Amino acid sequence: MINFDNVSKRYPGGHDGLTNVSFRIEPAEMVFLTGHSGAGKSTLLKLIGLLERATRGQVVVGGRNLTQLPNRKIPYHRREVGMIFQDYRLLHDRTVFDNIALPLVVSGMGHKEVGRRVRAALDKVGLLSKEKASPITLSGGEQQRVGIARAVVSKPPLVLADEPTGNLDPALSEEIMTLFESFNQVGVTLLIATHDIELISRMNKRILTLDQGQLSHDGLKQVW
Amino acid sequence: MLKIWVLRHLQVSLASLGRLVRLPLSTLMTSAVIGIALSLPTGMHVALGHLQAISGGWDGAATISLFLKQDVQAKAAKQLVQKLATKPNIATVEFISREAALEEFRQLSGFGEALDALNSNPLPALLVIKPTSEQSDPISTQQLIKELEQLSEADLVQLDMQWVRRFHALTEIAQRGVFVLASLLGLAVLLIIGNTIRLEIQNRHAEIEISKLIGATNAFIRRPFLYTGFWYGLFGGIIACLMVNLSILTLDDSVGQLASLYHSSFSLSLIDTTTVFALLTGSSLLGLIGSWISVGRHLSAIEPS
Ligand SMILES: Nc1ncnc2c1ncn2[C@@H]1O[C@H](COP(=O)(O)OP(=O)(O)OP(=O)(O)O)[C@@H](O)[C@H]1O
Ligand SMILES: [Mg+2]
Repeated sequence: MINFDNVSKRYPGGHDGLTNVSFRIEPAEMVFLTGHSGAGKSTLLKLIGLLERATRGQVVVGGRNLTQLPNRKIPYHRREVGMIFQDYRLLHDRTVFDNIALPLVVSGMGHKEVGRRVRAALDKVGLLSKEKASPITLSGGEQQRVGIARAVVSKPPLVLADEPTGNLDPALSEEIMTLFESFNQVGVTLLIATHDIELISRMNKRILTLDQGQLSHDGLKQVW
Repeated sequence: MLKIWVLRHLQVSLASLGRLVRLPLSTLMTSAVIGIALSLPTGMHVALGHLQAISGGWDGAATISLFLKQDVQAKAAKQLVQKLATKPNIATVEFISREAALEEFRQLSGFGEALDALNSNPLPALLVIKPTSEQSDPISTQQLIKELEQLSEADLVQLDMQWVRRFHALTEIAQRGVFVLASLLGLAVLLIIGNTIRLEIQNRHAEIEISKLIGATNAFIRRPFLYTGFWYGLFGGIIACLMVNLSILTLDDSVGQLASLYHSSFSLSLIDTTTVFALLTGSSLLGLIGSWISVGRHLSAIEPS
């Protein structure tokens, strides 16, 4: 599903975000990405969603070589990658429903189908009653769940999450992890960047650890 | 497929319209600025059209003044009038006697007292000859003038058309002026719309960024802004139309009074449909182009990070 081959990312100004990173994630895997602050977790996710391009090496996602993908095809790539952000990135002048519908509207889906899918996604994250609410009236956990619903509403085969539990209390974090596991069970590939070591150690999943832009560990146990 | 495409565009255009309607004051202000800019050349175009309509009437009315020799008696002059009136290429002949000419001159010139001081009437008698409308083209009139010059009674034959030609030349220049003005103000409208769209893009920065983030194509993001520009242009055109028509209505009374002084029933008419159509098409197009340029320049600068 994801294949990094000697990937480096140097930001303008000469700062290295990632250096020579290679790994492979199979379809339907659920993988955690961890490391200290500034280790390059967000950078790695951005390369997969083509928010940034690799400076060197090859990134292949879903059989698509991103190094060679022309700019005009980026939108179509992003439609196949659901992205969840630490700061939610919701539109505050739209209802919860409209926020979640956005990926479907963008890809030109018909009105009826949009309604059906959005409600299904809302149901999954347990926010069916908040359909008409504005995101600002929701709690942090609820907003995060709106963001998750938006990421999965178009049923992408791959979902990336950057610190999805960053602002949440342990109970809510747990809840969201359970949600991710349920996606994983229906075949969605998930890559989740997080600091929350306690949480991931309980999950018993594959963990990629970054240290100053380099992949320092890849395995079931957390070691740093 | 095509139906869906049309439906999408309809939705986006209505959504853009809705957005504008929800901010009536700012929409009205922007549209009014565009409208004012467009009403200037439109108004001038309409005014020129009217002038040309009047002068078009004058074209056929090119008259020939035949000044009679001083020694031609009134009786002989009357006979000449009758003779000329039967000619197929002459529509009307009007005899203005020396006395009548003097009286008219006295009234129009205000030199009444000076004329009284003269002991004889210096003005010759005059025939005002109007060619038939079929014969009023320059060549035929020239021929008629030659014929008239052969008459033994004729002293001087003069065609009163010089000023009509000058008038035409002037309106021609004015027309080019209107064209230049329209181009300049069209450019101004482009800038106004471009700037409005730029601000709109800034306001919706987050929305654009998030849309790009979840896979919106540039065309998708561009569309609502293009429609916004289109609507601004259309509203501006409508406002320009209304303003020009309003000016015409307010001016019509005084123009009517002026015309009646000249024994004319001339009155102003509202903008004709062709002009309205051209104005609205042009203004919408300007809106579309203005936003296109602005969107092209500012949208690519917003990239998600
Ligand atoms: N746009 C950018 N321009 C320049 N340098 C950047 C940019 N984005 C990130 N960096 C640098 O790249 C490195 C990796 O950043 P990144 O955001 O990937 O870290 P992270 O692991 O996500 O950290 P955190 O846990 O704090 O979110 C950091 O040193 C950061 O300063
Ligand atoms: Mg980060």
